[in-house]
Amino acid sequence: MYLKSAYEIRDKYLRKDMLPTIFCPGCGIGSALQYTLRAIDDLGLNPDEIVWVSGIGCSSRVPGFVNFDGLHTTHGRALAFATGIKLANPKLKIIAFMGDGDAAAIGGNHFIHAIRRNLDVTVILINNFTYGMTGGQVAPTALKGLRGTTAPYGQFENPFDIADLAVSAGANYVARWSVFNYLQGINSIKKALQKEGFTLVEFLSPCPISFGRRNRMKTSPELLRWYQKITVPISKAKKMSPEELEGKIVIGEFADRDRPGLVREYEEYKKRAKRMMGWEE
Amino acid sequence: MRYPFPVGKSDFIQGDEAIARAAILAGCRFYAGYPITPASEIFEAMALYMPLVDGVSIQMEDEIASIAAIIGASWAGAKAMTATSGPGFSLMQENLGYAVMTETPIVVVDVQRGGPSTGQPTLAAQGDIMQAIWGTHGDHSLIVLSPSTVQEAFDMTIRAFNLAEKYRTPVVLLTDAEIAHMRERVYIPNPDEIELIERKLPANEEEAKYPFGDIHGDGVPPMPIFGRGYRTYVTGLTHDERGRPKTVDAEVHERLIRRIIGKIENNKHDIISYETYALDDAEIAIITTGIVARSAIRAVKLLRERGIKAGLLKLNTIWPFDFDMIEELAERVKKIYVPEMNLGQLYHLVREGANGKAEVELISKIGGEVHTPMEIVEKVVG
Repeated sequence: MYLKSAYEIRDKYLRKDMLPTIFCPGCGIGSALQYTLRAIDDLGLNPDEIVWVSGIGCSSRVPGFVNFDGLHTTHGRALAFATGIKLANPKLKIIAFMGDGDAAAIGGNHFIHAIRRNLDVTVILINNFTYGMTGGQVAPTALKGLRGTTAPYGQFENPFDIADLAVSAGANYVARWSVFNYLQGINSIKKALQKEGFTLVEFLSPCPISFGRRNRMKTSPELLRWYQKITVPISKAKKMSPEELEGKIVIGEFADRDRPGLVREYEEYKKRAKRMMGWEE
Repeated sequence: MRYPFPVGKSDFIQGDEAIARAAILAGCRFYAGYPITPASEIFEAMALYMPLVDGVSIQMEDEIASIAAIIGASWAGAKAMTATSGPGFSLMQENLGYAVMTETPIVVVDVQRGGPSTGQPTLAAQGDIMQAIWGTHGDHSLIVLSPSTVQEAFDMTIRAFNLAEKYRTPVVLLTDAEIAHMRERVYIPNPDEIELIERKLPANEEEAKYPFGDIHGDGVPPMPIFGRGYRTYVTGLTHDERGRPKTVDAEVHERLIRRIIGKIENNKHDIISYETYALDDAEIAIITTGIVARSAIRAVKLLRERGIKAGLLKLNTIWPFDFDMIEELAERVKKIYVPEMNLGQLYHLVREGANGKAEVELISKIGGEVHTPMEIVEKVVG
């Protein structure tokens, strides 16, 4: 795969007047953003027909930095706003850039219902186990024992497996990588962007400042080594026992199917309504 | 355009049904909602009609998602509405503030019921007046309309869309269970009889660069719709004229918030609507709104029969509020009575307007029943 230089991608798609970004040194959001822009670029999608939607948090600031239409909404509600945009103008392609807290905690209900409806949206989900913007509180994805400012003695609750949740709720495409799996990441986003219905690419993303510092991993390379230790490719995981998988995170592609998306379903519904009312032309 | 209900003639319909039909005639093509008594019939009517007029009606997972979806739809170019009752309206408040901050035209119908909490779902009340005006957080302004009849519910729904589009703001149609479920004769006009206002769009690329700038001097920036190549960034954070977040800049915040409030306040005489009955020579003024105004008209007649010079001021707009008009009225009457179906919400506004120039007395009633005319009369004659 030929990769354009990062400068080329930056100059083509970012709003120069909004730079520098708010992201901390070692943060992985920029990488996930770059992969998304590379996927758009590779596919030759028209930026005028793409709307970026987000909620609240570090990752949700991304739509401000890219030169596209963008809606930076309230905490957890990005997919509810996206539902309105997409159904009001189905020609628009929607990218929702969200964090783990945004999607799985406050926005958990919107998340599962957007998937149930098979809303036509590509979700790029940044999972760093923490609430970075508010200073390192634990997220619903935090593995047991991980520390945050609201769990100073180590998380005692069970974590959500977001990809698992999305597969169960019915998403058409679900993949999870760490931001260090760049080729897989870009390819997954490309796949996601080309499918109808709900597609999700989750990235395990380093947050050295808010998360790593409190968990004895102060730098991005330390977090990288930790990801290498805790992640297991799906092919390998299939042969592992539940005990062996305890505390591990499976990465790979989890779902790839073609159920009709919400837009198509509603178009059919409109036709059915007119037929039932005897309104056909 | 074919309509799924008769137009250009009268029909005998409920308030909720009237609101749904009016929305469709006003050009509403996106409805998102969550069922709640006594507003559900608005949703049910929209569910029936919307697919037939190539619009969208969708049942969201909750009220928060409903208002979020209509804001999204509005940025995608649709006229959009949701409807709820008190508890659901409470859930919507955060995003109502978002709509104020991002200057998104939407219509939110609140069919009031008795509260607080789940309260009296099937009975009428006027307990959401303060919630409609001040429910969201921070300094803001929006528009609140209040009908007294099913015909007014119809007419004001069209007006709500027009005001939302004209001022790029959320408009709340504040009605109640009594009007929602009452059947009355309503004239449903032909589309060509209705005057519709559409939002101002950017005339060119240059104008589109300032989606939150007062470029025409009227406080209302043109709204660049998503998907038309303008690449607009919309955020609920404090933002400058171009929409760029400027969260720690006091001047930017002040300029933005004062303009958003100013575009309502400076145009309040265009927005405010009221009706008077026998008020010219009145010594006793009754000020009320919504369903209670109907009892109040009868009360004025009964009082006049007894030789008491009473008059009525019926407020069709609850916000913005014409404090000056109330003060002028207070200067020429002996006493003002405010009958309302709560423990005194409109009363607060009227008392502030009266500014001590006349005594203001609350005639409050809660529990689900509208004041009888005699209850108002008895309070006035003492």
